[in-house]
This record gives sequence, structure tokens and C-alpha cells, in this order.
Amino acid sequence: MRTSDLIDETYAALLANKVRSGLTVLGIVIGIASVIALTAIGQGAQNSIQSSIASIGSNLIAVTPGAARQIGFGASGGRGTARSLTVEDENAIIQISNVAAVSGEYAGRYQIAAAGANTNTSVTGVDAAYATIRNVTIDQGSFITDIQSASLAKVAVIGPTVVTDLFGTTATAPDALGQKIRINNLQFIIVGVTKTKGGSGFGNQDNVVYIPLGTALQYFAGNGNAYLSTIDIQASDQTAMAQVQSDVTALLLARHNISDPTKADFSILNQGDIVSAASSVTGTLTMLLAAIAGISLIVGGIGIMNMMLTTVTERMREIGLRKAIGATRKDVQKQFLAEAIALTFIGGAIGVALGWGISFVVSLTGLLTAQVTISSILLAFGVSAGIGIIFGWYPARRASNLNPIDALRYE
Amino acid sequence: MITFKNIEKTYGSGSEAYRALSGVSFSIAEGEFVAIMGPSGSGKSTLMHILGCLDTPTSGTYELDDRDVSTMTDDELADIRKDKIGFVFQSFNLLPRTTVLRNVVLPLVYAGVSPEKRNPRAIAALKAAGLTEEHFAHLSNQLSGGQIQRVAIARALVNDPALILADEPTGNLDSKTSLIVLDTLQQLNRKHGRTIVLITHEPDIAEHADRIIKLRDGTIVSDEKNRAPRDAARETHLYENQ
Repeated sequence: MRTSDLIDETYAALLANKVRSGLTVLGIVIGIASVIALTAIGQGAQNSIQSSIASIGSNLIAVTPGAARQIGFGASGGRGTARSLTVEDENAIIQISNVAAVSGEYAGRYQIAAAGANTNTSVTGVDAAYATIRNVTIDQGSFITDIQSASLAKVAVIGPTVVTDLFGTTATAPDALGQKIRINNLQFIIVGVTKTKGGSGFGNQDNVVYIPLGTALQYFAGNGNAYLSTIDIQASDQTAMAQVQSDVTALLLARHNISDPTKADFSILNQGDIVSAASSVTGTLTMLLAAIAGISLIVGGIGIMNMMLTTVTERMREIGLRKAIGATRKDVQKQFLAEAIALTFIGGAIGVALGWGISFVVSLTGLLTAQVTISSILLAFGVSAGIGIIFGWYPARRASNLNPIDALRYE
Repeated sequence: MITFKNIEKTYGSGSEAYRALSGVSFSIAEGEFVAIMGPSGSGKSTLMHILGCLDTPTSGTYELDDRDVSTMTDDELADIRKDKIGFVFQSFNLLPRTTVLRNVVLPLVYAGVSPEKRNPRAIAALKAAGLTEEHFAHLSNQLSGGQIQRVAIARALVNDPALILADEPTGNLDSKTSLIVLDTLQQLNRKHGRTIVLITHEPDIAEHADRIIKLRDGTIVSDEKNRAPRDAARETHLYENQ
């Protein structure tokens, strides 16, 4: 039997029972579509989390103070409360090789007032390098400069959320530029507005006020309290992160006269660690979604087997007739296998299209950008063809093993 | 061309064993028109299955065109059926929802005949079986019983087989259409020299053949030449003139 004849016979057989073929195909369509759509959504979630991590900076290493320890067995103040990081530490870190940029941070929450409106948000004293380290981009005006920091200038760069909070929902970035605001009752001039970053999970990065670090330490930290809340370090590239992290640790231990690393009065957070933790979480999520979808694929496959078995019984006499006029066992087996594979293949193709459509609709809702990967399409197609072969093989074998006499007599 | 030597067929085993054929021997030469006749239970269906290479005998030898087919495997038998035998069954003869032409082409498909050569051969066979071109595109379920059997005869012819085996071809037909089918078989035998074996339980039908083998209880009770076979074409005329 030629391949073209096999295709003709398969086509005719499937068309002979349109409704049943359609319903069987539907099972596979749902299975494949859900595999494609759910993995696309999982992949989209993974991308969105990774980009949100990337938005807090690139090749970032953040040093935060350890817990404040009191003499004896007093209550611990919790991590981040120790006064251990200084501007001198920051200046020493710059000397380490492969450190591209360093910025100290002094953060606090203060009441901020403009004409007629006020808000409470985080005010962060930063160096000029902060913008590059933490991917802050300026919409209007300019970011804090080192000269402003040195001269204790009372200037501020604010996020778009603060703009609307202070100047009304219709206010745009240019409206805010040059305005005077009061932070903790000190007057500042707005010199810049950042671009919206969006992002979630790591605090709203649009609801911030940046001021020069020197100014922050001078006016908000109080006398003799010139300790930093964070030192942000940018490594020159991804591969240097581990080396920078260990060098920074060694340097700070030496500067703080601590010989036992377990008693360090600071902790270091490496962005790579966050990325890999988040990836493993979203990877597991994607696997879970794919597993659920996989179950519906198996159910669809059983549907195909069920239909093929019914078909074999129903077409018993046809099989007998074909055998009588010269069809070999192989011919019959090929024919039924081809029907099963055609069903799964059609189901697979429609399923891929439908899954793609669902992913597209999900992306349109704006929740996340679902990403259909080539590998998920190949996997879905491979699985559907596999299902056709596995679940079609048994009915095809049953058909081919029929004795032509019994098959012809079957009522 | 066909030689049956001591063919036996037993179903089941032990005390349950049922012997359908016991020691049947005969031979059929090329160009003969033979009727095998017997009541139900006489073993004629079993004989037909063995003759049609659908089944193998328990013992004895069956030679078809000088080949011993009594010990062949299923797939070898399928090959023999494809090349040597054309079947006409009592019922369920054509594939449903399939055109007349496609039904006749099907044996050529399994025989691996190239697509260009199939339709001319199928059309020639359909014409030989007395069908006209207007029917070729009809679906098999749009045909009358007589037409169905003629398409089945055309399909049996298309591979140019050594033997046409008709198993109760008129069993489901009224007398008039039965005559049409018998006439078709007679024409094929007389004009085209086809070897035909007709299996039936009706003496009226068997009398159209040139030789009648009678079976009873699994053995041959008579094997005689039919000196005056009935002529289906003439009977049809008589019918119409009544």
C-alpha cells in the first residue's frame, strides 16, 4: 500500500464519522492547548519576576548592617539596626578590584509636604552612582550629583508616584520640576523626576524621594549618627560577583576588627542569589502547571484509544472484506494507526494554535506577558504524535489480527 | 488448476471436536463454471473458506496454480488472495460511503498497482460486469442489490484472478436480479473464459453452472457435469415477456 493511498483511506475514514472524529480531536486539542498555554503563562511569570529583579539593579551586591547587639544578653534589635557601616567603609570598597560603582544609602520615612498636599514616603540619601547601580532613569531634570552631596545641597529627585501624590493626579513630571517641597520641615527643591519603573514585590520603586547622601547624613541622621543603612555595590560583570562579595566581606571584617566571620556585624545580599531563588520557585510553578496540563493530554489519548477500539468493532466486516481482497495484516495495522496518528496530529495542530491564542489573550489582559516557547510546541507535538502511536497501536493490532472469516461473519 | 486432495477440517479438539470436512477431493480445470451445492451444515462454507484461502485445512493438500497453499501463513495467504482470487459475497460486499469506482480500485491498491493504471483497469472490469459509466461515481449505498453484486463481481475481476469465488451471490436478491447476476457470471465464463466457483444451497441457482458438486455432512455425494445448464439471459427474456 502506498503512502498516498494510506492518506486517502485515512482521510475518507475520518470524514465518514465527522462528529466522532471531531470530539476525539477535541480531547487532544484541550490537552495540547492547556500544555502550551500553561507553560507559556509559567514562562511569562518567570520572565516578569526576573525582569522585576533585574530592575533593582544589575550585578548588584547590597551590604546591610547586622543586628544591633547590646552588651550581655540584651534584646537584639534585628538585622539592619546595627550602626556598623560608614562612609569610610564605602570609600574603602571602591578600591576593591572589579567594583564598578558604589553608593551609600541613608534611608528613612518622613512626612513630605508641598503646597496643599502631603505624603509619607521613604527618603533615601544616595550618591550619584546610585542611579547606575539601581537602574534609576531620569525622566525630567537630573539625578543627584556628587557636588550636591559634598555641598549638602537641599535638592531632591522624586518618583512619579510622589509627583501625583503631591501635585495631583493630572500633574506631569515637568510640573514638579523646580517646585519646593518640605521634607521633615526642611525645604528642598525638586531637580529631577525619575521614570516609572513599575515593578512589584520589592516595594514600589516609584514612590521614593532621593536626596544627596551628605545632606541626608547631615540633617536627618543627627549628630554622630552618620551610619549608612545600605551600601550598594555594582560588580563590573556577572562573573566577578563572587570575587567582589568575598573581597568586600574580608575588607569589612578587617575594618571592623572582627576575626570570626560568623560574628560579622553586616550581611551581604547578592542579586544572583535572589535570581536563582526566584527562578527555582517559578520553575517549579511551571512544572506544576505543565503536569496538570499533561493529565488532560493523557485523558485525551485515552479518548483516542476508546474511539479507535469502537471503530475496530464497528468496522469489523470492513476489515474482513479488506483482508479478503488482499489487505495484509500490515496494511490493516497501518491504516488504523494512521487514523489514530492523524487524529492526534490534527488535534495537536489545533491545540498549538488555541494554546497560542490563549497565551495571547492572557498577555492582552496585561497581567503578564505569556511566552510561548518553541520547546513547548515541539514537546506538545511530540507528545501528541506519541499518544497517537501508543494509544492507536493496540486497536490497530487488534484490527490486524482479526481472522477474515470471523470478521466477515460479524453481525 | 485447483486440486483438493483429502482435505479435512476439524474445529475444536477432544470430545468437543467437530469435523466439518472429511476427506474431500476434487479438481477444477481452468475455464470451468462449477457450482458447489449443499444444505446448511454440509460443510460448503468451510470448503469455500479453504478454497478462498481464508482458512487452511487441518490435513490434506490444496494446490492452486501449482502452489501448495494448505500450509501457508496468514500473510502469504493474503498475497494469494490478492493475486489469485476474486470474491463475491452474499452480503456486505462493498465499503459503505465509498464510490463504485473506489470499491473496484481497492484490490489494485493493495496489489501495489501504480495510480495511473488503476482507473482504466477498474473501468474495464466494471464494463465487463455489465455496469455503465453513469454508475461509477455513485456511492455504494445508492445502488440496488443487483448493482451491488455486479460491482462486487467487477471488483473480483479487476486483479485478473485465476478464480472467481461467489459465495451465495444471489442469497439476498429477488429472482429477477438473481438472473442478472447469474447472467453476468455466465457471460464472464463463456466470453472471457473465467474460472468460476459458485457456492449455493439452491438447486435452481446451481443449475446455471456447467458442473455441480453436491456436499452433505462434509463429504462429496456427487460430482457431475450439468449437460443442460440453464441460460440466465434467456430466462430474463421469458420473465420480461410474461
